[in-house]
Amino acid sequence: MELYNCSLEELWQRLEQGEVSSLEVTRSVFGRIAAVDDTIAAYLETDEKGALAQAEAADECRRKGEKTTPVTGIPLGLKDLLSTKGLKTTCASRMLADYRPEYDATVVARLREAGAVITGKLNMDEFAMGSSTENSAIKATRNPWDLKRVPGGSSGGSVAAVAAATAIATLGSDTGGSIRQPASFCGVVGMKPTYGRVSRYGLVAFASSLDQIGPVTLTVADAALLLGVIAGHDKRDSTSVDLPVADYYGALKKDIKGLKIGVPKEYFGAGLDPEVEAAVRLGCSQLAASGAQLDDVSLPHTDYAVATYYLLATAEASSNLARYDGVKYGFRADDADGLLDMYRKTRAQGFGDEVKRRIMLGTYALSSGYYDAYYRKAQQVRTLITRDFDKVFADCDVLVSPVCPTPAFAFGEKVDDPLSMYLSDILTIPVNLAGLPAISVPCGFTKAGLPIGLQIIAKPFAEETLLRVAWHYEQLAGWSGHRPTLAGEAV
Amino acid sequence: MDYEIVIGLEVHCQLLTETKIFCGCSTHFGNPPNQNSCPVCTGMPGALPVLNRKVVDFAVRAGLATACEIIPNSVFARKNYFYPDLPKGYQISQFELPICVDGYLDIEVEEATKRIGITRIHMEEDAGKLVHPEHEHGVSYVDYNRACVPLIEIVSEPDMRSSAEAVAYLKALRDIVVYLGVCDGNMEEGSFRCDANISLRRWGAPELGTRAELKNMNSFRNVQRAIEYEVERQRDILDGGGLVVQETRLWNVDRGISMSMRGKEEAHDYRYFPDPDLLPVVVDEAWVESVRQSLPELPALKRQRIVADYAIPIADVEVLTADRAMADYFEAVVKLFAQPKAVANWIMVELMKFLNEDKTSITQCPITPQGLAELLSLIDEGAISGKIGKQVFSQMYSAADNDPRQMVEAQGLAQMSDAGELATLVDEIVAANDDKVKEYQQGKVKLFGFFVGQVMKQTKGQANPQMVNQLLKEKIG
Ligand SMILES: [Zn+2]
Repeated sequence: MELYNCSLEELWQRLEQGEVSSLEVTRSVFGRIAAVDDTIAAYLETDEKGALAQAEAADECRRKGEKTTPVTGIPLGLKDLLSTKGLKTTCASRMLADYRPEYDATVVARLREAGAVITGKLNMDEFAMGSSTENSAIKATRNPWDLKRVPGGSSGGSVAAVAAATAIATLGSDTGGSIRQPASFCGVVGMKPTYGRVSRYGLVAFASSLDQIGPVTLTVADAALLLGVIAGHDKRDSTSVDLPVADYYGALKKDIKGLKIGVPKEYFGAGLDPEVEAAVRLGCSQLAASGAQLDDVSLPHTDYAVATYYLLATAEASSNLARYDGVKYGFRADDADGLLDMYRKTRAQGFGDEVKRRIMLGTYALSSGYYDAYYRKAQQVRTLITRDFDKVFADCDVLVSPVCPTPAFAFGEKVDDPLSMYLSDILTIPVNLAGLPAISVPCGFTKAGLPIGLQIIAKPFAEETLLRVAWHYEQLAGWSGHRPTLAGEAV
Repeated sequence: MDYEIVIGLEVHCQLLTETKIFCGCSTHFGNPPNQNSCPVCTGMPGALPVLNRKVVDFAVRAGLATACEIIPNSVFARKNYFYPDLPKGYQISQFELPICVDGYLDIEVEEATKRIGITRIHMEEDAGKLVHPEHEHGVSYVDYNRACVPLIEIVSEPDMRSSAEAVAYLKALRDIVVYLGVCDGNMEEGSFRCDANISLRRWGAPELGTRAELKNMNSFRNVQRAIEYEVERQRDILDGGGLVVQETRLWNVDRGISMSMRGKEEAHDYRYFPDPDLLPVVVDEAWVESVRQSLPELPALKRQRIVADYAIPIADVEVLTADRAMADYFEAVVKLFAQPKAVANWIMVELMKFLNEDKTSITQCPITPQGLAELLSLIDEGAISGKIGKQVFSQMYSAADNDPRQMVEAQGLAQMSDAGELATLVDEIVAANDDKVKEYQQGKVKLFGFFVGQVMKQTKGQANPQMVNQLLKEKIG
């Protein structure tokens, strides 16, 4: 098997045993990028020179017998909203097209510290606003399983790269499903940790109370390994939580017998594609067969989640994106006359339609006279949604549901209908509102050959349980690790 | 018509922390532009604020010193507006839940005490500064050294009824924050700034009149002038049957008038909401208690105590307690030399003259309380005259020498108090000035000074003046 097709876990072991070098792995991955990224368009920028230098350093480190980590020498890609010192961080926006941060995000610093090889920066919906990566101001990323379809979003590039083997694993960010939904569309594993588990320092904010960085990988074991490197308290992020980081990888194989799994009925409602439903139901019974106990549960406020999310996320975004004003960095309109005109033209020309739509929605929700009816009310509903989960988790260890009501849709299918686009996140959004950890694991294919994802949701900071259940499911179901056949490849 | 004047003040105090409120950058004033900056305080994408604990400490200090209730779970909020000096496009402040509420401050106006309510105290970050170079047309620069420097805003109730009360409140408040060591109180440099809300209403009217907000007053004098100008302006409008417009006005120091900056329609909608990047500020009872224990004696109480303990005039006490370190210095000297009035005089006349000439503060004073006490003892014992004392003082100050006894000895400055020696000298001088003695005895009493002067001249000022007077009186009548 080509090195680029290997899982992180396998490469880690082979690197540790000296069977392969990081330089070989890295060259293999860049060969793969050269071969298929024109088609997939996952990358916005690659850094081959930097990556090869990091690979050499990793090999040197192993030669000398220095301390290594599971990601030492592993080529990893980053969603283009993670600040990388000296390497462009565009958020797929015209606004930041030439912006090079002067500092590394905490997760990037941790990866570098751990000896990882950074391949480059990955496409996304502009400022993470979207569910298809069609809102990228730079390029459209294709779904490796069907080039006429979207990879999902907003972490479309991060997910397509893992699916197309142009990175061994990647980091994405998940605000309302932006890791899990594309992971389900592209047949890979995508995990959103508990809010506060991973530092947000250096993650360009969309909605600060919802954003969380997480791993996108070929397998659950890979996710456990990668999370182990990036998780943990960071004094630069006041919302990161000072709790010990468990040995997620080491705990994967522990038994799941007797574990209680809740199946929320609201997540199997109208609009759910029958093929998706069938695959997820089958997944549930596979888990039951392995000794877990299934229970039907209810999350009664689910229906309000999308509306709540689009008030809170846009309100926060309207403020978070105020800094892009043409004064300090990034794009500045050059035809402006005076300060006010500079603001107006810079923001009118620098932001895409969806970003502007959300800034306007959020500004409205916070406006004097509307704050109580929209923002405050939404915060109250958020509390109710969180309580729904608290109640259910009093009895259950994890919940299982579909990730997205449908498999990947075609380009252009939803761009002109933002509401239907927003609804594709209906099963992932409540998790962000409640700050819970959740994962998308491959759970089969439609007749048309499109991947389907199974979502597992756990209690706050119960990543260990979450990954353990996901790993057992993966072993039972066997859907992880499948690769699409790309044009030009032998079938 | 006669109106009641209603004034409320909003005071911003720049806090004396070493580092900024949400990052580790220095707050040091006067560094080259943008030297004190980092991704956080320049609003780089992805950077996050982390609260400086010292700021909370200072806010709680100010709150306790003004009898406020300390809110155990206060919340930072974002105040959204666009301006180039505001790097994030919002200011992190507090809105619905400030850290301190519901306090008061007692002020003295015309020998009466009046209580002014304090609505709230909240923490926030300062903005940067725009620089408009004279020779580059159409270009402005931004200096973010001041961005993210911590402030507290202290908001009063509309309890003041005259410009004098407003100034008295402002002075009392400044005294307090300076005493607490949370702010340097410098109005000219803007580390202590004040906005005033002013309205008039007919006597007895229950509701407040429409107010104007005054900004840009950078001294107590200007606060007074601006308020008086505004009161007259509103009085003229109301007397003429007009309506006061709600607006923000800027005080123009040079012209002595205020001008409208923006009206109600142009007022910002700041769209405050809780900052999701920061957790609620938890201040538990133990924290409040530890701050309370560390509070210094506040100026008003200190004054009362010093007047009572040392029996010196209130005017002197006000001078001595204007600065906490000065008051401490005074008390330290009195502890070693128990003549408070003499100590007060020496500090206010001699010491302050030297400090002012050097533009320095009492904390930098080269003469220690021990040194000054020793010098005063030498004078009191009669070892040196007051005049020589001043000379020694000057030497002590410039050489930072705190051993006046040794200095007097080494330079032979001790007072001449030997009655026999002085009597001989007086005899000689009287004998040598026969004509002057006659003139004196014929009634030209002013000449007495001439004889004293002669003695002093001969003794290089070291003769004991009381003894010289006495001897001369005995000799020439
Ligand atoms: Zn800074």
